[in-house]
Amino acid sequence: MKGSHRTALLFLLPSFIFVAVFSLFPILESFRLSFYRLILTLPWLGQKMVGWQNYIDLAEDPVAVESLVTTLIFVGVTIPLELLLGLGIALVLNDVFHGRGLLRAVVLIPWAIPTVVSSQMWRFIFNDRYGLINFIFFGGDVSRYLAPLADPHLALVAIMAAEIWKTTPFAALILLAGLQGIPDDLYEAASIDGATPWQKFRHVTVPLIRPALLLALLFRTIDSLRVFDLVFVTTQGGPADKTNVLQFYGYKKTFAEGMVGYGSAIAVAVFSMSLVFSLAYLRFLKSSRQEGMAK
Amino acid sequence: MKRSVALALLSIGIALYCLVPFLWFVLTSLKSAAELTAIPPKLIPSFHLGFYQSALEKYGLLHYIVNSVIVAGTATLITIVIGSLAAYAMTRLYLGWTNIYLLILLAISMFPQIATAGPVWNILDRLNWLNTYQGLVAAYIALTLPLAIWILTTFFREVPREIEEAALIDGCSRFQSLYKVILPLAAPGILTAALLVFIYAWNEFFFALIIMTDPSVQTLPVGIALFPGEYTMPWGEIAAASTLATIPLIVLTLVFQRGIVRGLCAGAVKG
Repeated sequence: MKGSHRTALLFLLPSFIFVAVFSLFPILESFRLSFYRLILTLPWLGQKMVGWQNYIDLAEDPVAVESLVTTLIFVGVTIPLELLLGLGIALVLNDVFHGRGLLRAVVLIPWAIPTVVSSQMWRFIFNDRYGLINFIFFGGDVSRYLAPLADPHLALVAIMAAEIWKTTPFAALILLAGLQGIPDDLYEAASIDGATPWQKFRHVTVPLIRPALLLALLFRTIDSLRVFDLVFVTTQGGPADKTNVLQFYGYKKTFAEGMVGYGSAIAVAVFSMSLVFSLAYLRFLKSSRQEGMAK
Repeated sequence: MKRSVALALLSIGIALYCLVPFLWFVLTSLKSAAELTAIPPKLIPSFHLGFYQSALEKYGLLHYIVNSVIVAGTATLITIVIGSLAAYAMTRLYLGWTNIYLLILLAISMFPQIATAGPVWNILDRLNWLNTYQGLVAAYIALTLPLAIWILTTFFREVPREIEEAALIDGCSRFQSLYKVILPLAAPGILTAALLVFIYAWNEFFFALIIMTDPSVQTLPVGIALFPGEYTMPWGEIAAASTLATIPLIVLTLVFQRGIVRGLCAGAVKG
């Protein structure tokens, strides 16, 4: 047994080295740097411990506060719509007999497209001259054409639409797995009792899909909090910071402006928000695993 | 009867929702310069390959494709080897803290990129690995290991212990039993893990953007995101590059969809 323990450590070591060097150390380092003033463009200032100053600055920075609000709106609007649309798709996929495999493969396509590609694609669809959206709304009347991505009122709506299109399939697949886990005899029993399709949905599907729904909610929320590619490609956080989500703001401060200390404070803030949902996710996995064992 | 018609219509609606936006981009890539700017837009293009030619010749698209193949391919290969070793240790050898390691990996996979990006950049800078293949590959191995190990442990668990015990009694070492017994039996799972890792690495943008600032080593997503053009965007070339970057993924997804769905569920649902 002792020899096998040593072999196990040996087998685990390469993976642990990568994880330690490129994930665990960097996250700790980000925490440490968030308490320092370190500006790459002003190297003569050096690295100076400033305590909570970066966090105080962050709370008083109107752009950061707006960025937080934007991120919360983005997550709060896209996630419920994705889940609703995803549930609809999952219900259809679960019921279709002919061509189910083909339809499921088609649903995977938006998921498989690189985010950068789908972002350029939506940027073109929203284009102020040749965009399909403008043509659909205004036909050939070019004078009425809008530039949604450059419009402070429309930009966030436009990128949320692009996000929903791209990520709904993933939610649908998780919900489909949940639907397929509902035993058929429950529906049969409901039929024998004379339940209408709506009653079956309301009293069999909805309660039993809840764990999958919660899972999709947590998983999508964690992913949505780190939205970056879409914003980078379509709006660069603009117009007038209207789509400046937190991860983009952190990127801009750290990599474009070289404000490493302040950028790290933003990074820690984003991390802490996603940690709350991650912990909820881990708890959920644990409880569902215990339930699985009880069965 | 009425129900099956409704289902068919809904299915068509879902398929259109998923296909039309991207199909529009593909059709755009096949237009001529005059068709691209036409109002009303031309639905069926003349299947002109001019934008592909110009993307390849003027914008060096081939170069980005080669970089992406090298980076995503190498990262996938190394991640699967390292991940298989770890998954074998966690499913076949006694270890008390296996579950804790799995949970740490899961937590890491949920980190927002910005939380680790600065220090990762710094480490690669000190190694002189910025703007090198090995720099981005190293970052990708770390990013994809959690996903790979989760999927691989799920599949390795399904290989019956008895088969492996027989091999061990016959005098195989642990390493031999891994690659002679487990790997062939878990091959579908390894393929699934490799596919998901490859798709992840092929699509990844954030780390590619900060690590590869020199165009000669940039990958496709960076090339497509930073397509030059301030006032008039070269939409035809962008659409052509996007189509070429996406077609391989769509083919892989359609061919291996069953495995991919299972792998996604193993990563996200089963736990």
